[in-house]
Amino acid sequence: MTAPCLEITNLSATLANRMRVLRSVSLTVEPGEVHALVGESGAGKSMIGKAVLGVLPLSVRVAEGSIRLEGTDLRRLWSRKRRKLIGARTALIPQDPLTALNPSRRIGPQMTDRLIKILGWDGKRAAARIRQLLDEVRIREPERVVRCYPHELSGGMRQRVLIAAAFAAEPRLIVADEPTTALDVTVQKQILRLIAEMQREHGTAILFVTHDLGVVAKISQKVSVLYAGKIVEEADTPALFAAPQHPYTRALIAATPRYTDPLASLKPVNEAVLAELAAEIAAADLDWRASRG
Amino acid sequence: MVEPLFKVRGLKVALLDMTKKPLLGRAPKVEILKGLDFELPARSVTGIVGESGSGKSTLGRSLVRLLEPSAGTIWFDGDDITNLPEAELKPLRRNLQMIFQDPMSSLNPRRTIASIIAAPLKQNGITDSLKERVAEALKRVGLPESFGGRYRHELSGGQRQRVGIARALALSPKFVLADEIVSGLDVSTQAQILALLERLADEMGLTVAFISHDLSVIRRLCKQVIVMRSGQIVESGRTDNLFARPNHDYTRELLAAIPLPEIDPGWLGGRTETKASA
Repeated sequence: MTAPCLEITNLSATLANRMRVLRSVSLTVEPGEVHALVGESGAGKSMIGKAVLGVLPLSVRVAEGSIRLEGTDLRRLWSRKRRKLIGARTALIPQDPLTALNPSRRIGPQMTDRLIKILGWDGKRAAARIRQLLDEVRIREPERVVRCYPHELSGGMRQRVLIAAAFAAEPRLIVADEPTTALDVTVQKQILRLIAEMQREHGTAILFVTHDLGVVAKISQKVSVLYAGKIVEEADTPALFAAPQHPYTRALIAATPRYTDPLASLKPVNEAVLAELAAEIAAADLDWRASRG
Repeated sequence: MVEPLFKVRGLKVALLDMTKKPLLGRAPKVEILKGLDFELPARSVTGIVGESGSGKSTLGRSLVRLLEPSAGTIWFDGDDITNLPEAELKPLRRNLQMIFQDPMSSLNPRRTIASIIAAPLKQNGITDSLKERVAEALKRVGLPESFGGRYRHELSGGQRQRVGIARALALSPKFVLADEIVSGLDVSTQAQILALLERLADEMGLTVAFISHDLSVIRRLCKQVIVMRSGQIVESGRTDNLFARPNHDYTRELLAAIPLPEIDPGWLGGRTETKASA
Protein backbone atom coordinates (compact mmCIF):
# COMPACT_ATOMS: atom_id res chain seq x y z
CA MET A 1 0.00 0.00 0.00
CA THR A 2 1.62 3.22 -1.13
CA ALA A 3 1.02 6.51 0.62
CA PRO A 4 -1.21 9.06 -1.10
CA CYS A 5 0.59 11.76 -3.01
CA LEU A 6 -0.82 14.43 -0.73
CA GLU A 7 -2.69 13.91 2.49
CA ILE A 8 -3.95 16.90 4.44
CA THR A 9 -5.46 16.06 7.80
CA ASN A 10 -7.45 18.37 9.99
CA LEU A 11 -5.54 21.45 8.88
CA SER A 12 -6.45 24.71 10.60
CA ALA A 13 -4.72 28.01 10.01
CA THR A 14 -5.29 31.23 11.88
CA LEU A 15 -4.59 34.94 11.57
CA ALA A 16 -2.95 36.94 14.34
CA ASN A 17 -6.36 37.67 15.86
CA ARG A 18 -6.95 33.89 16.14
CA MET A 19 -9.61 33.95 13.44
CA ARG A 20 -9.48 30.74 11.45
CA VAL A 21 -8.90 31.02 7.70
CA LEU A 22 -8.69 27.26 7.17
CA ARG A 23 -11.12 25.22 9.22
CA SER A 24 -10.10 21.60 9.87
CA VAL A 25 -9.43 20.85 6.21
CA SER A 26 -8.82 17.21 5.29
CA LEU A 27 -8.23 16.00 1.77
CA THR A 28 -6.34 13.33 -0.08
CA VAL A 29 -4.83 13.45 -3.54
CA GLU A 30 -3.85 10.07 -4.99
CA PRO A 31 -0.90 9.76 -7.37
CA GLY A 32 -1.78 10.86 -10.88
CA GLU A 33 -5.10 12.35 -9.88
CA VAL A 34 -6.48 15.83 -10.56
CA HIS A 35 -8.18 17.14 -7.45
CA ALA A 36 -10.02 20.44 -7.86
CA LEU A 37 -10.47 22.96 -5.06
CA VAL A 38 -13.41 25.16 -5.94
CA GLY A 39 -14.97 28.06 -4.09
CA GLU A 40 -15.66 31.76 -4.23
CA SER A 41 -13.12 34.44 -3.39
CA GLY A 42 -11.98 34.24 0.21
CA ALA A 43 -12.95 30.58 0.52
CA GLY A 44 -9.34 29.62 1.23
CA LYS A 45 -8.68 27.55 -1.89
CA SER A 46 -5.41 29.29 -2.74
CA MET A 47 -4.49 29.23 0.94
CA ILE A 48 -4.50 25.43 0.90
CA GLY A 49 -2.23 25.42 -2.15
CA LYS A 50 0.12 27.86 -0.43
CA ALA A 51 0.16 25.77 2.74
CA VAL A 52 1.20 22.73 0.72
CA LEU A 53 3.98 24.66 -1.03
CA GLY A 54 5.09 26.20 2.28
CA VAL A 55 4.57 29.75 1.08
CA LEU A 56 1.80 30.95 3.38
CA PRO A 57 1.89 34.68 4.08
CA LEU A 58 3.62 35.53 7.36
CA SER A 59 0.31 36.68 8.84
CA VAL A 60 -1.11 33.17 8.57
CA ARG A 61 -0.08 30.52 11.08
CA VAL A 62 -0.81 26.82 10.80
CA ALA A 63 -2.39 26.04 14.16
CA GLU A 64 -3.11 22.37 13.84
CA GLY A 65 -3.12 19.41 11.50
CA SER A 66 -0.67 17.75 9.15
CA ILE A 67 0.33 17.96 5.50
CA ARG A 68 1.88 14.74 4.24
CA LEU A 69 3.69 14.65 0.94
CA GLU A 70 4.11 11.02 -0.10
CA GLY A 71 3.90 10.02 3.55
CA THR A 72 6.31 12.61 4.95
CA ASP A 73 4.76 15.07 7.38
CA LEU A 74 6.02 18.45 6.18
CA ARG A 75 5.28 20.15 9.48
CA ARG A 76 7.70 17.82 11.30
CA LEU A 77 10.66 18.69 9.09
CA TRP A 78 13.17 21.43 9.75
CA SER A 79 12.58 24.32 7.40
CA ARG A 80 15.65 23.69 5.22
CA LYS A 81 14.83 20.06 4.73
CA ARG A 82 11.20 20.91 4.16
CA ARG A 83 12.02 23.44 1.49
CA LYS A 84 14.27 20.98 -0.25
CA LEU A 85 11.60 18.28 -0.26
CA ILE A 86 8.90 20.66 -1.48
CA GLY A 87 11.23 22.03 -4.14
CA ALA A 88 12.09 18.59 -5.45
CA ARG A 89 8.65 17.02 -5.43
CA THR A 90 6.19 19.82 -6.15
CA ALA A 91 5.77 22.63 -8.62
CA LEU A 92 3.40 25.54 -9.15
CA ILE A 93 1.49 26.67 -12.21
CA PRO A 94 0.53 30.22 -11.21
CA GLN A 95 -2.47 32.29 -12.23
CA ASP A 96 -0.78 35.21 -13.88
CA PRO A 97 2.05 34.15 -16.13
CA LEU A 98 3.24 37.73 -16.52
CA THR A 99 3.88 38.45 -12.85
CA ALA A 100 5.24 34.95 -12.28
CA LEU A 101 8.05 35.54 -14.76
CA ASN A 102 10.88 37.96 -14.14
CA PRO A 103 10.48 40.70 -16.77
CA SER A 104 14.20 41.43 -16.98
CA ARG A 105 15.46 37.89 -17.59
CA ARG A 106 15.21 35.70 -20.66
CA ILE A 107 12.80 32.73 -20.60
CA GLY A 108 15.50 30.03 -20.80
CA PRO A 109 17.48 30.82 -17.65
CA GLN A 110 14.28 31.33 -15.69
CA MET A 111 13.16 27.83 -16.65
CA THR A 112 16.44 26.10 -15.87
CA ASP A 113 16.91 27.83 -12.49
CA ARG A 114 15.01 25.22 -10.55
CA LEU A 115 16.69 22.27 -12.22
CA ILE A 116 20.15 23.68 -11.56
CA LYS A 117 19.70 25.21 -8.13
CA ILE A 118 17.43 22.67 -6.47
CA LEU A 119 18.15 19.45 -8.29
CA GLY A 120 21.81 20.21 -8.93
CA TRP A 121 21.74 19.46 -12.66
CA ASP A 122 24.45 20.87 -14.86
CA GLY A 123 23.51 23.64 -17.27
CA LYS A 124 23.69 21.55 -20.41
CA ARG A 125 21.41 18.84 -19.14
CA ALA A 126 18.92 21.42 -17.82
CA ALA A 127 18.87 23.27 -21.14
CA ALA A 128 18.26 20.06 -23.05
CA ARG A 129 15.45 19.12 -20.70
CA ILE A 130 13.79 22.51 -21.11
CA ARG A 131 14.09 22.22 -24.88
CA GLN A 132 12.35 18.86 -24.71
CA LEU A 133 9.55 20.19 -22.50
CA LEU A 134 8.96 23.23 -24.71
CA ASP A 135 8.50 20.79 -27.52
CA GLU A 136 6.03 18.78 -25.44
CA VAL A 137 3.90 21.86 -24.76
CA ARG A 138 3.93 22.44 -28.54
CA ILE A 139 5.96 25.60 -28.69
CA ARG A 140 7.34 26.13 -32.13
CA GLU A 141 10.95 27.31 -32.36
CA PRO A 142 11.96 26.57 -28.76
CA GLU A 143 15.47 27.91 -29.49
CA ARG A 144 13.98 31.32 -30.15
CA VAL A 145 11.55 31.26 -27.24
CA VAL A 146 14.24 30.56 -24.64
CA ARG A 147 15.97 33.76 -25.73
CA CYS A 148 12.77 35.85 -25.51
CA TYR A 149 11.81 38.12 -22.64
CA PRO A 150 8.37 37.47 -21.11
CA HIS A 151 6.78 40.54 -22.72
CA GLU A 152 7.60 39.20 -26.16
CA LEU A 153 5.22 36.26 -25.69
CA SER A 154 1.41 36.18 -25.70
CA GLY A 155 -0.54 35.22 -22.57
CA GLY A 156 -1.17 31.70 -23.84
CA MET A 157 2.49 31.24 -24.76
CA ARG A 158 3.65 32.42 -21.34
CA GLN A 159 1.29 29.95 -19.70
CA ARG A 160 2.72 27.17 -21.91
CA VAL A 161 6.22 28.13 -20.80
CA LEU A 162 5.21 27.93 -17.15
CA ILE A 163 3.53 24.57 -17.68
CA ALA A 164 6.72 23.28 -19.29
CA ALA A 165 8.75 24.62 -16.37
CA ALA A 166 6.42 22.99 -13.85
CA PHE A 167 6.71 19.55 -15.45
CA ALA A 168 10.45 19.81 -16.17
CA ALA A 169 11.67 18.38 -12.87
CA GLU A 170 9.07 15.58 -12.91
CA PRO A 171 7.33 16.66 -9.70
CA ARG A 172 4.91 14.28 -8.01
CA LEU A 173 2.45 17.04 -7.26
CA ILE A 174 1.64 20.26 -9.08
CA VAL A 175 -0.39 23.03 -7.51
CA ALA A 176 -2.21 24.83 -10.33
CA ASP A 177 -3.57 28.09 -8.93
CA GLU A 178 -6.27 29.39 -11.29
CA PRO A 179 -3.97 28.75 -14.27
CA THR A 180 -6.52 29.76 -16.91
CA THR A 181 -8.41 32.56 -15.19
CA ALA A 182 -6.52 35.34 -16.99
CA LEU A 183 -6.95 33.76 -20.43
CA ASP A 184 -9.57 34.08 -23.16
CA VAL A 185 -11.96 31.13 -23.48
CA THR A 186 -10.44 29.72 -26.65
CA VAL A 187 -6.93 29.90 -25.20
CA GLN A 188 -8.23 28.52 -21.91
CA LYS A 189 -9.49 25.45 -23.71
CA GLN A 190 -6.11 24.85 -25.34
CA ILE A 191 -4.30 25.27 -22.03
CA LEU A 192 -6.68 22.98 -20.14
CA ARG A 193 -6.25 20.39 -22.85
CA LEU A 194 -2.49 20.73 -22.59
CA ILE A 195 -2.46 20.41 -18.79
CA ALA A 196 -4.65 17.30 -18.99
CA GLU A 197 -2.42 15.76 -21.64
CA MET A 198 0.84 16.50 -19.80
CA GLN A 199 -0.69 15.29 -16.55
CA ARG A 200 -1.67 11.96 -18.13
CA GLU A 201 1.68 11.42 -19.80
CA HIS A 202 3.76 12.29 -16.77
CA GLY A 203 1.38 10.73 -14.24
CA THR A 204 1.55 13.83 -12.07
CA ALA A 205 -1.03 14.59 -9.39
CA ILE A 206 -2.52 18.07 -9.58
CA LEU A 207 -4.19 20.16 -6.92
CA PHE A 208 -6.22 22.39 -9.21
CA VAL A 209 -7.46 25.63 -7.64
CA THR A 210 -10.29 27.33 -9.52
CA HIS A 211 -13.44 29.37 -8.99
CA ASP A 212 -15.06 27.99 -12.14
CA LEU A 213 -17.24 24.91 -11.82
CA GLY A 214 -17.11 24.55 -15.60
CA VAL A 215 -13.34 24.07 -15.42
CA VAL A 216 -13.81 21.65 -12.51
CA ALA A 217 -16.17 19.51 -14.58
CA LYS A 218 -13.73 19.26 -17.46
CA ILE A 219 -10.36 18.76 -15.76
CA SER A 220 -10.75 16.99 -12.43
CA GLN A 221 -11.52 13.51 -11.15
CA LYS A 222 -12.11 14.61 -7.56
CA VAL A 223 -13.38 17.88 -6.19
CA SER A 224 -13.59 19.66 -2.85
CA VAL A 225 -16.03 22.54 -2.51
CA LEU A 226 -14.87 25.21 -0.09
CA TYR A 227 -16.68 27.92 1.77
CA ALA A 228 -15.00 30.17 4.33
CA GLY A 229 -12.00 27.89 4.70
CA LYS A 230 -14.11 24.78 5.23
CA ILE A 231 -14.66 21.87 2.88
CA VAL A 232 -18.42 21.61 2.62
CA GLU A 233 -18.41 18.72 0.19
CA GLU A 234 -15.86 16.34 -1.28
CA ALA A 235 -16.80 13.96 -4.07
CA ASP A 236 -15.83 12.30 -7.32
CA THR A 237 -16.38 14.98 -9.93
CA PRO A 238 -19.06 13.09 -11.92
CA ALA A 239 -20.95 12.39 -8.69
CA LEU A 240 -20.79 16.04 -7.65
CA PHE A 241 -22.48 17.19 -10.83
CA ALA A 242 -24.92 14.28 -10.97
CA ALA A 243 -26.08 14.59 -7.38
CA PRO A 244 -24.63 17.48 -5.36
CA GLN A 245 -25.24 16.75 -1.69
CA HIS A 246 -24.64 20.03 0.08
CA PRO A 247 -27.13 22.92 -0.39
CA TYR A 248 -24.21 25.30 -1.00
CA THR A 249 -22.85 23.11 -3.79
CA ARG A 250 -26.29 23.00 -5.36
CA ALA A 251 -26.58 26.80 -5.11
CA LEU A 252 -23.13 27.27 -6.64
CA ILE A 253 -23.94 25.00 -9.60
CA ALA A 254 -27.26 26.82 -10.15
CA ALA A 255 -25.47 30.20 -10.08
CA THR A 256 -22.91 29.21 -12.71
CA PRO A 257 -23.80 30.58 -16.16
CA ARG A 258 -24.73 28.04 -18.82
CA TYR A 259 -25.66 29.28 -22.27
CA THR A 260 -27.37 26.01 -23.08
CA ASP A 261 -29.89 26.55 -20.32
CA PRO A 262 -30.14 30.28 -19.53
CA LEU A 263 -33.21 30.04 -17.35
CA ALA A 264 -31.94 27.29 -15.08
CA SER A 265 -28.53 28.93 -14.63
CA LEU A 266 -27.37 32.20 -13.06
CA LYS A 267 -29.69 31.74 -10.11
CA PRO A 268 -28.79 34.04 -7.20
CA VAL A 269 -27.65 32.07 -4.15
CA ASN A 270 -30.37 31.76 -1.54
CA GLU A 271 -29.38 33.85 1.49
CA ALA A 272 -30.78 31.21 3.83
CA VAL A 273 -28.22 28.69 2.60
CA LEU A 274 -25.39 31.10 3.38
CA ALA A 275 -26.87 32.06 6.76
CA GLU A 276 -27.09 28.43 7.78
CA LEU A 277 -23.50 27.82 6.69
CA ALA A 278 -22.29 30.86 8.63
CA ALA A 279 -24.08 29.66 11.76
CA GLU A 280 -22.57 26.18 11.35
CA ILE A 281 -19.10 27.67 10.98
CA ALA A 282 -19.50 29.97 13.98
CA ALA A 283 -20.54 27.02 16.14
CA ALA A 284 -17.61 24.92 14.92
CA ASP A 285 -15.22 27.79 15.67
CA LEU A 286 -16.51 28.03 19.24
CA ASP A 287 -15.98 24.31 19.76
CA TRP A 288 -12.54 24.50 18.23
CA ARG A 289 -11.46 27.35 20.47
CA ALA A 290 -12.87 25.61 23.53
CA SER A 291 -10.99 22.42 22.69
CA ARG A 292 -7.74 24.34 22.52
CA GLY A 293 -8.35 26.12 25.82
CA MET B 1 -39.79 47.89 -35.84
CA VAL B 2 -38.34 49.79 -32.91
CA GLU B 3 -36.34 52.90 -33.80
CA PRO B 4 -32.70 52.32 -32.90
CA LEU B 5 -31.25 54.60 -30.20
CA PHE B 6 -27.81 54.32 -31.71
CA LYS B 7 -27.11 54.02 -35.40
CA VAL B 8 -23.48 53.59 -36.42
CA ARG B 9 -22.03 53.52 -39.92
CA GLY B 10 -18.44 52.90 -40.97
CA LEU B 11 -17.05 53.48 -37.47
CA LYS B 12 -13.28 53.47 -37.35
CA VAL B 13 -11.14 54.21 -34.34
CA ALA B 14 -7.37 54.49 -34.39
CA LEU B 15 -5.28 54.73 -31.24
CA LEU B 16 -1.61 55.38 -30.66
CA ASP B 17 0.45 52.22 -30.34
CA MET B 18 2.72 53.13 -27.44
CA THR B 19 4.58 49.81 -27.60
CA LYS B 20 5.98 50.88 -30.96
CA LYS B 21 6.79 54.47 -29.98
CA PRO B 22 10.34 55.49 -30.75
CA LEU B 23 12.20 57.12 -27.84
CA LEU B 24 11.92 60.57 -29.40
CA GLY B 25 9.09 60.88 -31.82
CA ARG B 26 5.51 59.96 -32.28
CA ALA B 27 3.88 56.64 -31.69
CA PRO B 28 2.37 55.12 -34.82
CA LYS B 29 -1.40 54.78 -35.03
CA VAL B 30 -3.02 51.41 -35.03
CA GLU B 31 -6.56 50.85 -36.23
CA ILE B 32 -8.61 49.23 -33.46
CA LEU B 33 -12.05 49.37 -35.07
CA LYS B 34 -12.05 48.71 -38.78
CA GLY B 35 -15.33 50.11 -40.06
CA LEU B 36 -18.36 48.93 -38.09
CA ASP B 37 -22.03 49.18 -39.07
CA PHE B 38 -24.64 48.41 -36.44
CA GLU B 39 -27.68 49.65 -34.54
CA LEU B 40 -28.63 49.44 -30.88
CA PRO B 41 -32.42 49.08 -30.63
CA ALA B 42 -34.01 51.39 -28.04
CA ARG B 43 -35.20 50.01 -24.70
CA SER B 44 -33.36 46.79 -25.17
CA VAL B 45 -30.15 45.14 -23.95
CA THR B 46 -27.58 44.42 -26.64
CA GLY B 47 -24.61 42.20 -25.83
CA ILE B 48 -21.18 42.88 -27.28
CA VAL B 49 -18.95 39.84 -27.00
CA GLY B 50 -15.40 39.11 -28.03
CA GLU B 51 -12.02 38.05 -26.70
CA SER B 52 -9.47 40.44 -25.28
CA GLY B 53 -8.20 42.84 -27.90
CA SER B 54 -11.23 42.38 -30.14
CA GLY B 55 -12.19 46.05 -29.68
CA LYS B 56 -15.38 45.62 -27.67
CA SER B 57 -14.42 48.21 -25.03
CA THR B 58 -13.16 50.61 -27.70
CA LEU B 59 -16.53 50.27 -29.39
CA GLY B 60 -18.33 51.05 -26.13
CA ARG B 61 -16.14 54.02 -25.33
CA SER B 62 -16.61 55.56 -28.74
CA LEU B 63 -20.40 55.29 -28.33
CA VAL B 64 -20.28 57.48 -25.23
CA ARG B 65 -17.72 59.69 -26.98
CA LEU B 66 -14.88 58.98 -24.57
CA LEU B 67 -12.88 58.16 -27.69
CA GLU B 68 -12.86 60.13 -30.91
CA PRO B 69 -13.73 58.10 -34.00
CA SER B 70 -11.30 58.55 -36.87
CA ALA B 71 -14.00 57.88 -39.47
CA GLY B 72 -17.66 57.03 -39.67
CA THR B 73 -20.86 58.45 -38.20
CA ILE B 74 -22.67 57.89 -34.91
CA TRP B 75 -26.30 58.92 -34.62
CA PHE B 76 -27.75 59.06 -31.11
CA ASP B 77 -31.51 59.40 -30.89
CA GLY B 78 -31.58 60.66 -34.46
CA ASP B 79 -28.80 63.25 -34.07
CA ASP B 80 -25.33 62.99 -35.51
CA ILE B 81 -23.02 63.20 -32.49
CA THR B 82 -19.83 62.09 -34.20
CA ASN B 83 -18.15 65.47 -34.24
CA LEU B 84 -20.14 67.46 -31.70
CA PRO B 85 -17.86 69.72 -29.68
CA GLU B 86 -17.74 68.98 -25.96
CA ALA B 87 -19.90 72.01 -25.08
CA GLU B 88 -22.77 70.74 -27.22
CA LEU B 89 -22.17 67.20 -26.08
CA LYS B 90 -22.55 68.09 -22.43
CA PRO B 91 -26.37 68.21 -22.31
CA LEU B 92 -26.39 64.80 -24.02
CA ARG B 93 -23.97 63.28 -21.52
CA ARG B 94 -26.66 62.84 -18.88
CA ASN B 95 -28.23 60.33 -21.22
CA LEU B 96 -24.96 58.49 -21.81
CA GLN B 97 -23.95 56.78 -18.59
CA MET B 98 -21.41 54.11 -17.75
CA ILE B 99 -21.07 51.26 -15.29
CA PHE B 100 -17.46 50.19 -14.91
CA GLN B 101 -15.79 46.82 -14.59
CA ASP B 102 -13.99 47.36 -11.33
CA PRO B 103 -16.25 48.97 -8.75
CA MET B 104 -13.28 49.37 -6.41
CA SER B 105 -11.27 51.67 -8.62
CA SER B 106 -14.30 53.46 -10.04
CA LEU B 107 -15.50 54.68 -6.64
CA ASN B 108 -13.62 57.50 -4.94
CA PRO B 109 -12.17 56.13 -1.67
CA ARG B 110 -12.37 59.50 0.09
CA ARG B 111 -16.01 60.26 -0.58
CA THR B 112 -19.12 58.79 0.96
CA ILE B 113 -21.39 56.62 -1.14
CA ALA B 114 -24.08 59.34 -0.97
CA SER B 115 -21.70 61.96 -2.33
CA ILE B 116 -20.56 59.60 -5.11
CA ILE B 117 -24.13 59.02 -6.23
CA ALA B 118 -24.98 62.73 -5.92
CA ALA B 119 -22.02 63.76 -8.11
CA PRO B 120 -23.69 63.25 -11.52
CA LEU B 121 -26.82 65.01 -10.24
CA LYS B 122 -24.87 68.08 -9.09
CA GLN B 123 -22.86 68.07 -12.29
CA ASN B 124 -26.11 68.40 -14.19
CA GLY B 125 -27.41 71.23 -12.04
CA ILE B 126 -29.80 69.21 -9.93
CA THR B 127 -29.44 70.52 -6.40
CA ASP B 128 -32.92 70.32 -4.90
CA SER B 129 -33.90 67.38 -2.67
CA LEU B 130 -30.56 65.68 -3.30
CA LYS B 131 -30.88 63.58 -0.19
CA GLU B 132 -34.17 62.09 -1.31
CA ARG B 133 -32.85 61.42 -4.80
CA VAL B 134 -29.79 59.61 -3.42
CA ALA B 135 -31.98 57.56 -1.08
CA GLU B 136 -34.18 56.69 -4.03
CA ALA B 137 -31.17 55.65 -6.12
CA LEU B 138 -29.90 53.42 -3.31
CA LYS B 139 -33.32 51.87 -2.82
CA ARG B 140 -33.53 51.15 -6.52
CA VAL B 141 -30.45 48.92 -6.35
CA GLY B 142 -31.52 47.22 -3.15
CA LEU B 143 -29.25 49.01 -0.68
CA PRO B 144 -30.50 50.58 2.57
CA GLU B 145 -30.41 54.37 2.86
CA SER B 146 -27.88 54.12 5.69
CA PHE B 147 -25.24 52.98 3.16
CA GLY B 148 -25.08 56.57 1.96
CA GLY B 149 -22.83 57.43 4.90
CA ARG B 150 -20.34 54.65 4.21
CA TYR B 151 -17.13 54.53 2.20
CA ARG B 152 -16.28 52.08 -0.56
CA HIS B 153 -13.96 49.96 1.60
CA GLU B 154 -16.85 49.22 3.95
CA LEU B 155 -18.79 47.50 1.17
CA SER B 156 -18.54 44.05 -0.39
CA GLY B 157 -17.79 43.63 -4.10
CA GLY B 158 -21.44 43.10 -4.97
CA GLN B 159 -22.54 46.11 -2.93
CA ARG B 160 -19.92 48.28 -4.62
CA GLN B 161 -21.18 47.27 -8.02
CA ARG B 162 -24.72 48.15 -6.87
CA VAL B 163 -23.42 51.62 -6.04
CA GLY B 164 -21.88 51.83 -9.52
CA ILE B 165 -25.27 51.00 -10.99
CA ALA B 166 -27.05 53.48 -8.71
CA ARG B 167 -24.68 56.25 -9.86
CA ALA B 168 -25.16 55.43 -13.54
CA LEU B 169 -28.94 55.41 -13.19
CA ALA B 170 -29.25 58.45 -10.90
CA LEU B 171 -30.05 60.70 -13.86
CA SER B 172 -32.47 58.21 -15.45
CA PRO B 173 -30.38 58.09 -18.64
CA LYS B 174 -31.55 56.74 -21.96
CA PHE B 175 -28.37 54.77 -22.56
CA VAL B 176 -26.09 52.82 -20.25
CA LEU B 177 -22.78 51.28 -21.20
CA ALA B 178 -22.01 48.28 -18.98
CA ASP B 179 -18.43 47.20 -19.60
CA GLU B 180 -17.63 43.77 -18.09
CA ILE B 181 -19.54 44.72 -14.97
CA VAL B 182 -19.70 41.21 -13.52
CA SER B 183 -16.37 39.75 -14.55
CA GLY B 184 -14.72 40.66 -11.24
CA LEU B 185 -17.49 39.17 -9.14
CA ASP B 186 -18.08 35.72 -7.68
CA VAL B 187 -20.72 33.60 -9.42
CA SER B 188 -23.30 34.01 -6.67
CA THR B 189 -22.91 37.81 -6.66
CA GLN B 190 -22.78 37.89 -10.46
CA ALA B 191 -26.22 36.30 -10.64
CA GLN B 192 -27.65 38.94 -8.28
CA ILE B 193 -26.17 41.86 -10.18
CA LEU B 194 -27.41 40.53 -13.51
CA ALA B 195 -30.91 40.02 -12.13
CA LEU B 196 -30.83 43.60 -10.82
CA LEU B 197 -29.68 45.08 -14.12
CA GLU B 198 -32.26 43.03 -16.01
CA ARG B 199 -35.07 44.31 -13.77
CA LEU B 200 -33.94 47.96 -13.84
CA ALA B 201 -33.42 47.99 -17.61
CA ASP B 202 -36.95 46.73 -17.99
CA GLU B 203 -38.54 49.08 -15.43
CA MET B 204 -36.70 52.20 -16.60
CA GLY B 205 -36.82 51.41 -20.30
CA LEU B 206 -33.04 51.59 -20.63
CA THR B 207 -31.03 50.94 -23.72
CA VAL B 208 -27.99 48.98 -22.59
CA ALA B 209 -24.80 47.99 -24.36
CA PHE B 210 -23.60 45.06 -22.31
CA ILE B 211 -19.96 44.26 -23.00
CA SER B 212 -18.80 40.85 -21.85
CA HIS B 213 -16.43 38.05 -22.76
CA ASP B 214 -18.90 35.51 -21.40
CA LEU B 215 -21.45 34.20 -23.90
CA SER B 216 -23.41 32.45 -21.18
CA VAL B 217 -24.05 35.74 -19.41
CA ILE B 218 -24.97 37.42 -22.71
CA ARG B 219 -27.39 34.61 -23.52
CA ARG B 220 -29.24 35.21 -20.29
CA LEU B 221 -29.43 38.99 -20.39
CA CYS B 222 -29.38 40.29 -23.96
CA LYS B 223 -32.00 40.42 -26.73
CA GLN B 224 -29.43 41.07 -29.44
CA VAL B 225 -25.77 40.24 -29.62
CA ILE B 226 -22.81 41.52 -31.61
CA VAL B 227 -19.82 39.17 -31.90
CA MET B 228 -16.50 40.93 -32.44
CA ARG B 229 -13.07 39.81 -33.50
CA SER B 230 -10.00 41.93 -34.25
CA GLY B 231 -11.92 45.16 -34.67
CA GLN B 232 -14.64 43.77 -36.88
CA ILE B 233 -18.16 42.49 -36.39
CA VAL B 234 -18.13 38.79 -37.12
CA GLU B 235 -21.82 38.22 -36.68
CA SER B 236 -24.80 39.92 -35.07
CA GLY B 237 -28.46 39.27 -34.58
CA ARG B 238 -31.13 38.19 -32.16
CA THR B 239 -29.65 36.21 -29.30
CA ASP B 240 -32.05 33.27 -29.74
CA ASN B 241 -31.20 32.87 -33.40
CA LEU B 242 -27.48 33.34 -32.95
CA PHE B 243 -27.25 30.69 -30.24
CA ALA B 244 -29.53 28.29 -32.06
CA ARG B 245 -27.80 28.69 -35.42
CA PRO B 246 -24.44 30.42 -35.21
CA ASN B 247 -23.50 31.35 -38.77
CA HIS B 248 -19.86 32.04 -38.35
CA ASP B 249 -17.11 29.54 -37.52
CA TYR B 250 -15.66 31.92 -34.97
CA THR B 251 -18.96 32.08 -33.04
CA ARG B 252 -19.14 28.30 -33.05
CA GLU B 253 -15.55 28.11 -31.83
CA LEU B 254 -16.29 30.56 -29.00
CA LEU B 255 -19.32 28.54 -27.93
CA ALA B 256 -17.43 25.26 -28.04
CA ALA B 257 -14.64 26.70 -25.89
CA ILE B 258 -16.91 27.52 -22.95
CA PRO B 259 -16.47 24.92 -20.21
CA LEU B 260 -20.01 24.18 -19.08
CA PRO B 261 -20.52 22.85 -15.56
CA GLU B 262 -21.41 19.40 -16.90
CA ILE B 263 -19.46 16.21 -17.29
CA ASP B 264 -18.28 15.78 -20.87
CA PRO B 265 -15.30 13.48 -21.26
CA GLY B 266 -14.93 14.35 -24.94
CA TRP B 267 -14.50 18.07 -24.31
CA LEU B 268 -10.76 17.98 -23.71
CA GLY B 269 -10.21 15.39 -26.41
CA GLY B 270 -10.68 16.07 -30.07
CA ARG B 271 -8.03 17.01 -32.51
CA THR B 272 -4.78 18.27 -31.07
CA GLU B 273 -4.10 21.82 -32.04
CA THR B 274 -1.16 22.88 -34.16
CA LYS B 275 1.96 24.28 -32.65
CA ALA B 276 1.82 27.77 -31.18
CA SER B 277 4.47 30.19 -32.32
CA ALA B 278 5.74 33.24 -30.48
